Amino acid sequence: MSTRQFGQPIKRNEDPRLLTGRALFTDDVQLAGMLHVAFLRSDLAHARIRSIDVDGARQSPGVAAVYTADDLGDYWQPGPLLVPPLPVEQIEFYQRTQVPLAKEKVCHAGEAVAMVVAESRYLAEDALDGIFVDYEPLDAVVDLGSALAEDAPLVHDDLGHNINARVTQAKGNWVQAEADADLIIRRRFSYDRGTAAAMENRGIVANWEEKSQHLTIWDTTQAPIAIRNGLAAMLGLSEHQVRVIAPFIGGGFGPKIMMFYPEEVLLAWATMQLGRPLKWIEDREENFYATTQERGQVHDARIALKEDGTVLGVKDVFLHDAGAYAPYGLTVPVSSQCTLLGPYVVPNYHSEFTSVFTNKPIVTPYRGAGRQHGVFVMERLLDIAAKELAIDPIEIRRKNYIQPEQFPYANDIVFQDFTQLIYDSGNYEPALDRALDLVGYEAFVREEQPKRRAAGERVGIGVVSYVEGTGIGPYEGARVTVESSGKISVATGIGTQGQGHYTSFAQVIADQIGVKVSDIHIVTGDTDLFYWGAGTFASRGAVVAGNAMHAAASKVREKILKVAGEKLEAAEEDLELIEGRVQVKGVPQTSISLGQLAVGANPMRGGVKPGTEPGLEATEYFGPERGATASGVHAVILRVDPDTFNLEIEKYVVVHDCGKVINPLILDGQIQGGVAQGIGNAFYEQLHFDENGALLNASLMDYLLPTALDVPNIVSDHVVTPSPLNPLGVKGAGEAGAIPVGALFAQAIDSAFGDIGLEVREIPLSPNRLFELVTEASAREMV
Amino acid sequence: MEQTISVSVNGRPYERSVEPRLLLSDFLRHDIGLSGTHVGCEHGVCGACTVLVDSAAVRSCLMFAVQANGREVTTVEGLDGGQEDLHPIQHGFWEKHGLQCGFCTPGILMTLVPFLEENPDPSEAEIREILSGNICRCTGYQKIVEAVQLSAILLQEKPG
Ligand code: FES
Ligand code: FES
Repeated sequence: MSTRQFGQPIKRNEDPRLLTGRALFTDDVQLAGMLHVAFLRSDLAHARIRSIDVDGARQSPGVAAVYTADDLGDYWQPGPLLVPPLPVEQIEFYQRTQVPLAKEKVCHAGEAVAMVVAESRYLAEDALDGIFVDYEPLDAVVDLGSALAEDAPLVHDDLGHNINARVTQAKGNWVQAEADADLIIRRRFSYDRGTAAAMENRGIVANWEEKSQHLTIWDTTQAPIAIRNGLAAMLGLSEHQVRVIAPFIGGGFGPKIMMFYPEEVLLAWATMQLGRPLKWIEDREENFYATTQERGQVHDARIALKEDGTVLGVKDVFLHDAGAYAPYGLTVPVSSQCTLLGPYVVPNYHSEFTSVFTNKPIVTPYRGAGRQHGVFVMERLLDIAAKELAIDPIEIRRKNYIQPEQFPYANDIVFQDFTQLIYDSGNYEPALDRALDLVGYEAFVREEQPKRRAAGERVGIGVVSYVEGTGIGPYEGARVTVESSGKISVATGIGTQGQGHYTSFAQVIADQIGVKVSDIHIVTGDTDLFYWGAGTFASRGAVVAGNAMHAAASKVREKILKVAGEKLEAAEEDLELIEGRVQVKGVPQTSISLGQLAVGANPMRGGVKPGTEPGLEATEYFGPERGATASGVHAVILRVDPDTFNLEIEKYVVVHDCGKVINPLILDGQIQGGVAQGIGNAFYEQLHFDENGALLNASLMDYLLPTALDVPNIVSDHVVTPSPLNPLGVKGAGEAGAIPVGALFAQAIDSAFGDIGLEVREIPLSPNRLFELVTEASAREMV
Repeated sequence: MEQTISVSVNGRPYERSVEPRLLLSDFLRHDIGLSGTHVGCEHGVCGACTVLVDSAAVRSCLMFAVQANGREVTTVEGLDGGQEDLHPIQHGFWEKHGLQCGFCTPGILMTLVPFLEENPDPSEAEIREILSGNICRCTGYQKIVEAVQLSAILLQEKPG
């Protein structure tokens, strides 16, 4: 392989297994003697539990056990706090994490109250009908705004208020900015909840083997190592007694991170009680309650500008809906806080948020993880300011972009990874220009839009910018081994959920070792094969694990050259690695295969030199100093149907900069998939809770995921500004597609209804909601 | 209350005694161990569970196993001659990166088998229309559409 694999659109190693139905997903694990679990979940969002009667369930056919909180004894503990509070001065933080089974009170609809174990899932669900819970319903905290009212019901009584945290971060001096400004724009923006809705629901299989004293768990988790460590500690086992396997996962998008979901904690415990393997697979309805969600925030924001459009400062005060418990710390609101600054020079910034508890399912990061909100607020403020100042919306962005020579660019606040928010590298104008070009901005705005508008069409254009902090620490590792067959085996600790890691990692390794990508076998997410690691989140897999792969493969390359040099009696610099062999440059006759070298490096008899390490193998770790900042521009032209208020997306452009690209095919897929989720989030998907906290649309019939008819073809292009923070120069790309879509739709819809002064200040929209907003705006216009 | 059914799955006969309420999807996945058919919603929306029953694409979560009595079922495992010998539609998906997590993929492949038989040269609009019954949360569909276009060509070259 003399051509470089890095950067090639190589088809994926993992696909044949997936395409033929031979890939192992969690629900495919079948063990002899396995029992099945179902949970009784609360229908009420907020209620005191007076009593639970499980006698009927215990007598139900095929039932092996029924557990309530009281049966768990000391094992009943609130879950761990997964991310500690931010190390900033102005912070208040009140920790409340989820419990395995509700004890005195249920705090959100769908919270698990009892667990039934039976011979089949059908029998376990039958037995749920035999459980009677006597509830005393309580008023629920649903609406963000009223959560902090004096007389608001309390989600956690002992807390005395519904505050999860208050955080203020600031740079410069907003008060001065306000005083110096020619224009201040002040608006309220809101962003409501959706759900990740991975096609595979969550699931767990747990098997305690009494004789070997060993616990094996198959888990749909993005962070198997954290789960192993946590469960071992909770169960009083050594980490070596617990193996967590994250097999093929049918989409993660955030909520499958190391949550220590009640079901994870309970199945691990119950298999030890019962001495039999247990399986629980979430059904779609449960997924709407029991899997974490994201996105409720309300922002009161202000921007201060000079007459020429120069931004002097932003002040943003917002509420963040944490849901009933907050195990994931402040990752989401801090990401909103930091991402708001975007690609712009904002010399003065004051941001304060209050994260509040509500009687709704738990909020943790879902693709974008709060970045959406920040981008939405900033882009909307710029749009409104541009209109007010009669400046072109493109020009106001261009004017305020951070310039290439200003990198690394320090924002003087703390990011969700606890490091200073410093952008490593970036070059924003080329991406903007390219996007304008691809979408045909000038021609549309000057000719097409006026013409079509005159003909009564509602067509609009949007162009927005964003940055995305990616590839954060702490670290990941990789072990690369040349096997006796000459093939390469590789292990890493992160889990993979469809991002093509089996292939992109192999590309990184192939370049070092000179083998075919298809001869590299990668294992991810099995804690028995790799001990250390943090997990797949924050668009970090390719960056952090990818660079660990690179480091380990480089080490193996050195070893190969050393032993091959001895064998072939040649200087190392005269050797090259080609197609699974080491040869003297230009002399293919003088060569040796990697397989032969691997066998030789593991002698079975005789002596070795002191200090010799066996095998052609290396384990290396990579931890970046801080995250790498990706960026991009999305542009859209859309048409609103005047009768149905549905949208037709006529053109969608993404120009993205995620540094060097390992596999453009996989990258395009990540972007397209992200945009599809962004479109869902902006215009189709919304979780509707009633005033009692009941979820009104907990099925895929009522919660509308975008289909092939709703998502357009996306024209994409890349600008490459390598990250100086890692040897491969890569940045993460997993979330970029999803982040700016709400802001983009808002701008384009405003543009389609420019004549009536429509100003979209909320996401998600829907045809109904858009109709209402347009009706209101028209009425205002008439006055 | 169990009933005995005989079903042919991927050309192989199975005789099993099942409860009338057992879903065909559960029968395939758990009773006879063909776990390539996936379940994403169990209420007929996502299409992940799609299999062929007497050559028609159906949602196996909306059918009871007893309703398959005496019929021929084809699942994703019956599509190819092994990992080395992929069906043209599987090739199309591999070449064009028509899958990410791959969870939706078996259902999409099975939806496409009868579709491409009846529409050997479909337009993009027709492809999007047929795909609209299957939800994919990862890909954004664009590469699936490209995969179907390539599959149609491959099928004409070498019928599956
Ligand atoms: S599982 Fe059958 S349609 Fe979703
Ligand atoms: S590839 Fe993941 S749902 Fe389609």
